Amino acid sequence: MEPRLLLDSQQLHITMQRLCCQILEQNLSLDDIIIIGLQPRGILFSDRIVAMLRMFQPNIHLDYGKLDITFYRDDFRQSDKLHLPDATDITFLIENKHVIIIDDVFYTGRSVRAALDALLDYGRPRKVELMVLVNRKYHHHVPVQPDYIGISVDTIVSQKVCVEWKVDDKTTDQVWILQEPKSAKE
Amino acid sequence: MSQLSTRHLLGINNINTDDIRLILKTATQFKEVINRPIKKVPTLRDLTIANLFFENSTRTRISFELAEKRLGADIINFSASSSSVTKGETLIDTVNNILYMKVDMIVMRHPAPGAAQFLSQHIDASIVNAGDGTHEHPTQALLDAYSMQEKMGDLRGKKIAIIGDILHSRVALSNIFCLHKLGAEVMLCAPPTLLHHHVTSLGVHVSHDVMEALRWCDIANILRIQLERQSIKYFPSLREYTLRFGINKKMLDSLQKEIVIMHPGPINRGVEISSDAADSEQSIILQQVENGVAVRMAILYLLAS
Repeated sequence: MEPRLLLDSQQLHITMQRLCCQILEQNLSLDDIIIIGLQPRGILFSDRIVAMLRMFQPNIHLDYGKLDITFYRDDFRQSDKLHLPDATDITFLIENKHVIIIDDVFYTGRSVRAALDALLDYGRPRKVELMVLVNRKYHHHVPVQPDYIGISVDTIVSQKVCVEWKVDDKTTDQVWILQEPKSAKE
Repeated sequence: MSQLSTRHLLGINNINTDDIRLILKTATQFKEVINRPIKKVPTLRDLTIANLFFENSTRTRISFELAEKRLGADIINFSASSSSVTKGETLIDTVNNILYMKVDMIVMRHPAPGAAQFLSQHIDASIVNAGDGTHEHPTQALLDAYSMQEKMGDLRGKKIAIIGDILHSRVALSNIFCLHKLGAEVMLCAPPTLLHHHVTSLGVHVSHDVMEALRWCDIANILRIQLERQSIKYFPSLREYTLRFGINKKMLDSLQKEIVIMHPGPINRGVEISSDAADSEQSIILQQVENGVAVRMAILYLLAS
């Protein structure tokens, strides 16, 4: 199957604007809000969201952290691949705060489950919400649902959602659905 | 490099430079973990680790215990003096009995050089060498390298002097292997009686003048005199050793540059180093202890995966 473009650069920009507006619409003040991006891919999305929120409301103070979930994964020692940790950068207290976790693709939900465990090591938030750019429906393994969704898609297991971000002149903001190559066994 | 090339950590000589860099890089993330309000992650919650100490230890044993507990592992502690080893049980029998109680990993300190290597050939669990006689102490070398990198950046081209009882030190040998693999230069400084005859074959500089070593180096790693391993006298008296090879703040102040002072502990204050030098701002001795937990967490994490 040919790769299918899910969101082009303009659509992605509009989607992110809408997500920022939803945060602002549902929260009168951002003083109590903490944004946590999930390493490694989620922070590319959360960087954009935080930049947009700061652009919409230049004078706000918005705490923004990055969370690595490697040590909380439930598949450690169950796959051949070793998961190497990325940096966690949370330099503020989350106790009694409203935390919005941001990830790029919501698939099985296991990463978010691990993130909830990891987050509790930094305190007890008053409320935790989840924002995702792409919600892959019908594949969730745990009872977790996103609160802010960029786009929901129906996919099959053999497909992969690929989120590309513009980092230089050769790249652009895009979201693709790819067909993963069949393994040798098949 | 995303995986260790070995399933044991027997010595620095048995691992490659990529392994060392992977361990040091992973340790950085664990250092963040041990500085959180809740210093524990559940990563090794399904593992049981046995700490077998056939030789006395304070900081290494506590450091391993903390590393294991902070990774969520179950641990059992074993010391030779209170075990069936005193009734004549062999090392392999002792360890195999422990492994049949569903233990997954062994951390072992033993007075015999090569004990960890020997054990790795006879049992099926991952082994971490926590010091084998006068042979190697790989985790100490890795935490020393981590502390040096943290303070000085990349170690390529850096000059490190190891000063003290080289002959009886497993830390010295592991440090030499590790620092060479990371591209640093090493100088050994000790009385001729406390150096191996063929030490230059390791590619190190040798000096018997402590001021020459201090002037040459960026970092001085000072070792204690291991009287418990010395069956004969290697120098006339501790007082004479201190006069010739002891390091004090006055000596450090007389240098044209500020060097970093390290010591793997335990310190014999007033013998190999004075209190004013050990407690000076140039000293990173306590940072070494903190980094030891993070580095050991990284080693256990990478070996368990």
